Amino acid sequence: MPSLIDLVLEGRTSRQHMPWPRTVVDASVWAFAANELAQGRWSLLGLWGEPSTAHMAIIDRDTTEIAVVSIECPNRAYPSVSKHHPPALRLERTANDLFGLSADGLPDPRCWLDHNHWGIRFPLGDRIDALSIAAPYRFLPVEGDGVHQIAVGPVHAGIIEPGHFRFSASGETVVRLEQRLGYTHKGIEGLMRGASIERAAQLAGRVSGDSTVAYAYAFSRAVEAALQLVVPSRAVWLRALLAELERLANHLGDIGAICNDASFGLMQAHCNVLREDLLRAANSAFGHRLMRDVIIPGGLARDLDAKGQSAIRAALANVQARFPELIELYDNTASLQDRTVGTGTVPAAMARQYGAGGYVGRASGRVFDARRAPGYPPYDDLRFEVPVLEEGDVNARVWIRIREVEQSLSLANQILDRLPDGPLRVPVSAEAGPREGMALVEGFRGDIMVWLRLDGGQVDRCHLRDPSWFQWPLLEAAIENNIVADFPLCNKSFNCSYSGQDL
Amino acid sequence: MRKLLFQSFFQRPLTEQAPALDQTAVEELAAAIQRATRRRLGRSLSIREIDAGSCNGCELEIHALNNAYYDVERFGIRFVASPRHADVLLVTGPVTKNMRDALERTYHATPDPKWVIALGDCARDGGCFAGSYAVVGGVSQIVPVDLHIPGCPPPPVAILQGLLSLLDRAARSATST
Repeated sequence: MPSLIDLVLEGRTSRQHMPWPRTVVDASVWAFAANELAQGRWSLLGLWGEPSTAHMAIIDRDTTEIAVVSIECPNRAYPSVSKHHPPALRLERTANDLFGLSADGLPDPRCWLDHNHWGIRFPLGDRIDALSIAAPYRFLPVEGDGVHQIAVGPVHAGIIEPGHFRFSASGETVVRLEQRLGYTHKGIEGLMRGASIERAAQLAGRVSGDSTVAYAYAFSRAVEAALQLVVPSRAVWLRALLAELERLANHLGDIGAICNDASFGLMQAHCNVLREDLLRAANSAFGHRLMRDVIIPGGLARDLDAKGQSAIRAALANVQARFPELIELYDNTASLQDRTVGTGTVPAAMARQYGAGGYVGRASGRVFDARRAPGYPPYDDLRFEVPVLEEGDVNARVWIRIREVEQSLSLANQILDRLPDGPLRVPVSAEAGPREGMALVEGFRGDIMVWLRLDGGQVDRCHLRDPSWFQWPLLEAAIENNIVADFPLCNKSFNCSYSGQDL
Repeated sequence: MRKLLFQSFFQRPLTEQAPALDQTAVEELAAAIQRATRRRLGRSLSIREIDAGSCNGCELEIHALNNAYYDVERFGIRFVASPRHADVLLVTGPVTKNMRDALERTYHATPDPKWVIALGDCARDGGCFAGSYAVVGGVSQIVPVDLHIPGCPPPPVAILQGLLSLLDRAARSATST
């Protein structure tokens, strides 16, 4: 069996792509790679377009080697990957919407992000006028005795992001859920083209508000990889501290919100107090509650002083002291467990097939955490465990978060104990000539991938892949045969990003 | 669970004092409220939140208003599930073209008198997303806006100040008629 490295040797390797190789292949090698993905030896990390090129990032399941394969498509067509490997489907539909790249053999040619409201088609490729009459979006047909449809969204009942869910239900049981997303599409990748690195970093931090640290982290690492910058060690360590604080705050919010969707508000009340304490500490330490715009290419925008350190220490100690009784509360409330155990199960094979990251993957037996492998500093120097469960239900996704809260508390304390002194950033020089870089960073939701090409201090092309791309489709599968009333619970246990996937 | 509930009998409440009113917000609101002086809100506001393409940062801070520190319901401010029940539409995001219809329809589904608050920097003029092919650029391009709360995202205290200013103006104009 050929390894990923053999595949890379098949094509023309780009010299300026860091830290992993990128190779330009022909249609037969592209199809071979698609087949290997379908066979399950490799996982898809991303698939994205350029005006006349399609790229796909792949990770080897066993060795965690990573490579990007590219296919040139001067006639705007390339062989479909999703024909063999369904996780690529929405990504290929998006490449068509944005660039006009059509995947030959695409099983579902409907538009995905393009709702025919932009006034143009293919905004990042060769633009043409929009269709004069928008064809209605055809939801997949469901047949059967007494099957009825429930349409939900884009404006939802709660304070959440917009998206449309089309349920086909038989009685109370969901026969099929079909999602329609794209409502929050802001054209971020379009805004990034030709933008300065500084402006692009600001945009990256606004792809998904709850992951603003993780996105800025991933974008900065990709820039630094492209320009081969070495970030001072104090910044390396502080970045991990920011990332763990973000993970803690989000996991605490999620645990509370999941329980609240099972009508157990007490848990949410307590979790949200802990979350607020953390955000206030973040505000006093880094000047922003969500720690936005703190991580920048080259290092950090501001330092952590002694006062900030003690605020964070106090907030961590507070969570450490009070979280155990909340775990006990979750574990000992039978009425709550009754809702979460066995609800919304994601089969392990499916989590593996989709390469689902974060708690969605880890609750269904997929051992993957970008901090561990491929890994990045300072995590190679820190002690932490990656919790994994097999059950794949709402309960398992709650427990993964609980265990990760414990791990993040430990990580944050380790970082504060060993925080090195020194400078905070290096200048980001404008290199002439194209340089490509890539990064994979573990956000609270899963692995965020950023791929970019810089040219003369500007962003030529940047693609940001949210973990939700490979989690949203699993939610469709998880809700099948559950009751409609359990959908909020299942949805919250996934907590996928709308803005991150719509971009 | 009993232990946790029992402890809360003896704990001091976490809820904090209401913040002072935001003066610029009060001025911005003066005109909007006078248009609807006959309406008595009775110091209660029902809010329907609409995400018109935000990054979700504003939503996180709106959520925070419901935690024990801010406890927004003590002021009679409630987030409701339907625009039919709402006095106020709280709109976030730069208004993406894909959300434009939904925003308009939600506005028209809200009974009069109603107020619209644009929350966050990108809700004012598109913020850092302005100029994109996919963005309208600001809530006021689509529906009339009565109050703008700036920030990226605005912290909960700022949101609360804005909402309390609205309540205060409404109560004062109601008693003056």
